[in-house]
Amino acid sequence: MTDRPVWQPAATRAVLESRAQLLAHVRGFFSERQVLEVETPVLGRHGVTDVNLDGIPAAVEAGGVQGGWLQTSPEYHMKRLLAAGAGSIFQVARVFRNGERGKRHNPEFSMLEWYRVGFDDQQLMREVADLVCGWLECSPPVTLSYRDAMHSIAGIDPMTVTDRELERYCEQWLEPEQLAGLGRDGCLDLVMSFVVEPELGREQPVFINRYPASQAALARISEHQGYEVAHRFELYINGLELCNGYWELTDPADQRARFAADNRLRRASGKPEMAIDDAFLAALDNGLPDCAGVALGLDRLLMLKLGSTDIRDVLAFPIERA
Amino acid sequence: MASYSTNEFRSGLKVLLDGDPCIMLENEFVKPGKGQAFNRVKLRNLMTNRVWERTFKSGESLEAADVVEQDMEYLYTDGEFWHFMLTDGSFEQYAADAKAVGDTVKWLKEQDVYTVTLYNGAPLTVTPPNFVELEVVDTDPGMKGDTAQGGSKPATLSTGAVVNVPLFITIGEVLKVDTRSGEYVNRVKSS
Repeated sequence: MTDRPVWQPAATRAVLESRAQLLAHVRGFFSERQVLEVETPVLGRHGVTDVNLDGIPAAVEAGGVQGGWLQTSPEYHMKRLLAAGAGSIFQVARVFRNGERGKRHNPEFSMLEWYRVGFDDQQLMREVADLVCGWLECSPPVTLSYRDAMHSIAGIDPMTVTDRELERYCEQWLEPEQLAGLGRDGCLDLVMSFVVEPELGREQPVFINRYPASQAALARISEHQGYEVAHRFELYINGLELCNGYWELTDPADQRARFAADNRLRRASGKPEMAIDDAFLAALDNGLPDCAGVALGLDRLLMLKLGSTDIRDVLAFPIERA
Repeated sequence: MASYSTNEFRSGLKVLLDGDPCIMLENEFVKPGKGQAFNRVKLRNLMTNRVWERTFKSGESLEAADVVEQDMEYLYTDGEFWHFMLTDGSFEQYAADAKAVGDTVKWLKEQDVYTVTLYNGAPLTVTPPNFVELEVVDTDPGMKGDTAQGGSKPATLSTGAVVNVPLFITIGEVLKVDTRSGEYVNRVKSS
C-alpha cells in the first residue's frame, strides 16, 4: 500500500498569512520589550537525556565532527548564550522529536523559546499571558496548581495517592503488564492527558503550576504545603497544551544529578543512554544568571487562532508530505 | 510474522489482539510535552465485528495479522460451504462456512463478485457490493392504479431476502437493492 505522492501544501494561503502575522506579532512583542532575537544550532552535537524525548540523530561529518542530533529544543544553546552574558533572549526555532505524530504533533515543529534574566516563574507567566492573549484576544488565564487540577478533575491527589491506588485507577486503560513498566510519573501523565487535559482551559486559559518535584525537568524546586514542587508551569487553552516554562535551575551539581537520573531511567526502560552535553554543564559552571524560560508551540497557537483541531491544517507540509 | 510498533500505527492496519485479527480504525497519539506518550487506538475485531478501544505505551508493538481482502465470484453452495473463485484469472477457489458468509447469504447471487476477507488464507468474512440486482420470486399481486407514492408490501427475492417494495412491483421483476440498509432502490427492468 503506497500512497501516491501529494505535492500540494496542507495549509491554505489564509493559514500561511496567519502564520506570517503570528511571527510578526512575536517579533514586535519582543522588540518592544528589548528582548534580543537569537539563532542557535538546529543541528547540535548532543541530544537530550530526557527519557520521554527522542531526538533524531543526524549523520553529519564535517570539520572533524562525526554525528549529531537535530535539537529537541534550543534550550542548552540558549542557556550558553545566557551564561555568556547575552541578557534576555528569544528564538523562533525549528525543533525535532522522533516518534511524535498525531493531531497535535508533527516530528518537526516551530517553537518559540525565550529567557528573561531576573524573572521568576510568576513574572514569566504574566509575560506569556500578555503575548498569547494579545494574539488570541482572549481573557487572561487563571492559575491552578497541578495538585488542585488533578484533584478537582480526576479526583486524585497526586501528592498523597499511593502507587497501588494510582495503578488501579489506570487499569481502566492499561493491562497490569503494561502498567508494570510505567512508573508513578507515567501513570500521572496518563491521568493528566486522558482525564484532566481535555477539561483544561475550556472557559478561559489556565496555567497549571507547582508540578511534582519528580516532573521538574530543569526547573527549581521548593516546598509548598509540605510537598516539594517544581517552579514549572504550562498554559492550556481549549484542552491544548501550549507552553512549558521554568524558573530555571542554575546549580550545575543539581543539573549533573538530574542528567544522571535521566540516564538511569533510560537504562531501566531499555532506551539508549545519551551522552551528557559537557559544554552546557561548563556554561552552568561558569554561571547561569537567575532567569526564567519558556517554550511555546507556535503551530498550536496558530491552531487556536484559526479554530483548527488538527496540526496538519497549519503546516505547509506535515511529515507525510514533507 | 511481522509486528508493528506504535510509530507504525495507522488506520487500516491489520493486527492480532488477544489472538483475534483486528483492523485499526483510529489511532490517536497523546503526549504531554515532557511526559509519557500513549497511543489510543480503536480497532474492529474482525471475528466478532466488535469495536475495541485500547491504549498502548509508546514503543509497544502488535503482531501483524495475515488478513487480505480479495474480489471473488460466488459460484455455488453445497449446503455446508459457499464456494468462491478469485477474479484475478487464477481460478483459485475458496470455501466459506456459514459463519464467514453470515448475513451476506441473503445477497449471494451466482456469478456476482463479492469481497472476501481471508485470514491465514481462509475466508473470514464475505461482504456484498453496496447494491445488488435480484429478481422478485414472490409478492402479492400489484393492484391497478397503484402509484409510486402508495404503500408498500413485502417481496421475496431469488436469494430468499425479503424487502419492502412499492405496491406496483410484480413477480419476475428485477430490483436494485441497497445491501447496507436492505432497502429497495428501484426497478431495473420489467420482464
